Amino acid sequence: MKPNLAQQTTGGTPQDEPVQKTLKQWLLEYRLVLIVATVDLLIWIFASAQAAPVIHNTWDYLIEMVVILIPVAVLMGLFEVWVPKQLIGKYLGHESGWKGILLALLFGAAPTGPLYVAFPIAAMLLKKGASPLNVIILLNAWAAIKIPQLLVEANFLGPSFMLVRLALTVPSAILMGWLIQKGIERTGGLDIDLVGSENIS
Amino acid sequence: MSSTLTWNTYVIVFGALGILALRDRAKAKQAVKIAVKSFFGILPIMLAFIGLIGLLLGLVSPEVIVRYLGQGAGWWATLTAFVLGVVLYIASLVSIPLAASLLRAGASMTTVAAFITGLLMVNTLTLPLEIKHLGKKMALSRNLLNLVFAFAIAIIIGMVLQ
Repeated sequence: MKPNLAQQTTGGTPQDEPVQKTLKQWLLEYRLVLIVATVDLLIWIFASAQAAPVIHNTWDYLIEMVVILIPVAVLMGLFEVWVPKQLIGKYLGHESGWKGILLALLFGAAPTGPLYVAFPIAAMLLKKGASPLNVIILLNAWAAIKIPQLLVEANFLGPSFMLVRLALTVPSAILMGWLIQKGIERTGGLDIDLVGSENIS
Repeated sequence: MSSTLTWNTYVIVFGALGILALRDRAKAKQAVKIAVKSFFGILPIMLAFIGLIGLLLGLVSPEVIVRYLGQGAGWWATLTAFVLGVVLYIASLVSIPLAASLLRAGASMTTVAAFITGLLMVNTLTLPLEIKHLGKKMALSRNLLNLVFAFAIAIIIGMVLQ
């Protein structure tokens, strides 16, 4: 039942895809890059005075990005093999208190896949008895304070930007979880079927 | 640029990988495999965005960016950036370099922060999926609250870091 997050992290490659990709698949995957490269080429041919700053800026950002992307990718790999995700659901219940909140924050911030991967996981956690408070915190953290994203943020926008945003986002995420939990309690519970239907893999 | 930070990241991440390799070679191998897969998974969109940033910075002069997104551009620029962030769906690893490029070219901190908080915190495109899995109550209230908090956080970031 454990979803393989790494597979879904990698931007839509199906699980049983053979390693060798056809030329057509490559072209499809890199179509946006090809379009940009074509525009670059046209600029170089027809407006060569503009080409130098374009190439210069592209190169600078390419280096900067690749340099940070390498440790970010390794971090994703480490998390995937190191952390037992099945256990997490157990510790997010209604009585979990600050420990549950902390775990929800950490699990949300952990280097996993894009947000749409988190929805079925959140539904599964709710079914297993996690509180709405913790689930909302998990989703908020997943969306806005992912560790790889924080690393990139600190590199590009500066550590102070990253820290100020983090310091504001964490309490907001918790406060929202609390507000929504109160709202759900007052209006008679969740409006989804927690018994069956939902299946995560 | 924070090169010390980058170095520290390398030391910590690869140090952890080294420790894992000493304790469990098979697991370390698997981690590297997943890392390579993640890297090449995000590479196409990343390269495309880097190309776009290159075009943007190469063709649009900093004066233009300052005029439309800088301090003097006022609330409309911030609000527009926020709305763009809210409705667009760009992976954060990709959008942050884009935001940084605008900031370095002279866009105001509040405007750049509004773009980022809107993008990260309000997830409009995936809202139908969120409703399907978690119900209207939870999904709508989460995104609405995030809309309010995202704007407030952007304003505060602007005030603190301007």
